[in-house]
Amino acid sequence: MRIVVLTKPVPDPASGGERLGPDGRLDRANSPAVVNGNDEYVLEKALKLIEAAGEGEVILLTMAPATAPETMRKALAMGATRGVLVSDPALAGSDTVATARVLAAALSTLSFDLVFAGVDTSDGTAGVVAPGVAALAGLPFLSYAATIEPDAAAQTVRVRRITADGFEVLEAPMPAIISGTQALGEPRYPSLKGIMAARSKEITTLSLADIGIEPSAVGVDGATTKVTDWRAPAPRGATEVVREAPDEAAKRIVTLLAERRII
Amino acid sequence: MAGIWVHGEIARDGSLTKLSTEAATLARSIAADGAREVTGVVIGAEPAAAAEALAEFVPRVLALTEPMTADHAAGMIVAQRLATLVAERQPDVILIGAGPEGRDLAGALSALTGLGVLANATAVRATSDGPVATHSVFGGKLITESALVSGNGIITVRPNSVTAEPAGTAGSVEVVAAAGDLAQPAVPIVERLPAESKAASIDDARIIVAGGRGVGGPEGFGLISDLAAALGGAVGATRAAVDSGWIPYSQQIGQTGKIVKPQLYLAMGISGAIQHKVGMQTASTIVAVNRDPDAPIADFADMIVIGDLVEVGQALLAELRARSG
Repeated sequence: MRIVVLTKPVPDPASGGERLGPDGRLDRANSPAVVNGNDEYVLEKALKLIEAAGEGEVILLTMAPATAPETMRKALAMGATRGVLVSDPALAGSDTVATARVLAAALSTLSFDLVFAGVDTSDGTAGVVAPGVAALAGLPFLSYAATIEPDAAAQTVRVRRITADGFEVLEAPMPAIISGTQALGEPRYPSLKGIMAARSKEITTLSLADIGIEPSAVGVDGATTKVTDWRAPAPRGATEVVREAPDEAAKRIVTLLAERRII
Repeated sequence: MAGIWVHGEIARDGSLTKLSTEAATLARSIAADGAREVTGVVIGAEPAAAAEALAEFVPRVLALTEPMTADHAAGMIVAQRLATLVAERQPDVILIGAGPEGRDLAGALSALTGLGVLANATAVRATSDGPVATHSVFGGKLITESALVSGNGIITVRPNSVTAEPAGTAGSVEVVAAAGDLAQPAVPIVERLPAESKAASIDDARIIVAGGRGVGGPEGFGLISDLAAALGGAVGATRAAVDSGWIPYSQQIGQTGKIVKPQLYLAMGISGAIQHKVGMQTASTIVAVNRDPDAPIADFADMIVIGDLVEVGQALLAELRARSG
């Protein structure tokens, strides 16, 4: 079994260093990049499935600037087999439409049984790329996965999809594209051995020409959206600190809620 | 005839989702200058009830019956039907709720039509160059405004961004026929399973009472649930509480959980680490109960009660019950 995992380097949300540059785009120099949190959950699931199957490979597919291999090594250290990086100067400033096109085009150069993606990324949080890739690739799309169970013999995959009131159990033939959540399980920490091994794992770089995408269709030139303005949010009011005994403190809370017409 | 479209999402019971009523209210406000028409679109196996409900909010609703959504994953199917309608009728802007169903729909619709997406708008205003959306990004550290380059595209709307208000007069429902085949593979729903808990959804809750590691265990969430019930709210949790198995993932708020915007967020034993903060800091009112006066949440809560969450929680529960009784 071969599983492609879409992984995105994102500014570390815990760093507090995320900011926009003068062009309204992410200033990548100002905060360390990490593997997107939701991508780590699907990567963990992919690794577990390959381990359980006893054969196969997990291929990372990333669209990012040329510095991405540094972050991809972290995912390779968890156990992914190899990486494919789509990187091209013309991609800078790409929107979600272009991202989906590029990833779908890159997928068409790979052979796989399943494609995994996190349901969204912590930097953009749009959550629209995975369904977009599925639509462009014309593959079955199974989203918001809490569980993923492939059946290699039947060449089908079953997913428990999180909905507003429970779960839908979805089943599709492979190959298929699945977006996954944290409910898939805690990602492993890379072992020292894994970190050493990752250094020599293969990362193939593809340009736009390699995947047959016109530079004018992506990046700033092809963008359908633009950031027009940004500002710091209005500061919240001062924090009222209550140190009274529980009964008195409870009354203070109720008074605040009543003043604000919440109760 | 161009205009503003709003997608009416059908809930499992056939009703219109609350998020769609909010998006419809927002659609009306963008078109308030009267220059553009607002149209609702409801697509599903049984669209009638949701279409009638949406007509309370907008002057005209298109209702398209698509039997496939009864037992197949809906997003990709609805996206294809909607893409055909968009190609035929050329709306300027399509508003879609930014919940899981809406994101699947928006992503597929964007890919099928080539229209761009302004994601997770907390507000939208009309300008002569098209709509401008406001977003909260980087965990609330920054407010951005963004526009559609061509003036046309898709906007996903975050829950609780506006208060839903029906229009003065109800609109009409126009039944439209599905045209053409569905080219994308449909994914069958082979079974439906109930949620692990009967907990109310946090997605569009007006009040959320949330617990973190400080709650101490699954029994501790009993008090959190009681407080939520007394306030008419839903129970939320941090990732630490979810990872400990005290409460299901569906209730998790934060970076890898849900982003919520309730009127009241009552944080019980939650330190307010950045990964959690990104999911709740736009709540209108934040009240925290924490032993540690230096917890990060003290920096952005409206009120922090320094104390034991069980003692304060029980006192608050008694106070709320006395008030309602």
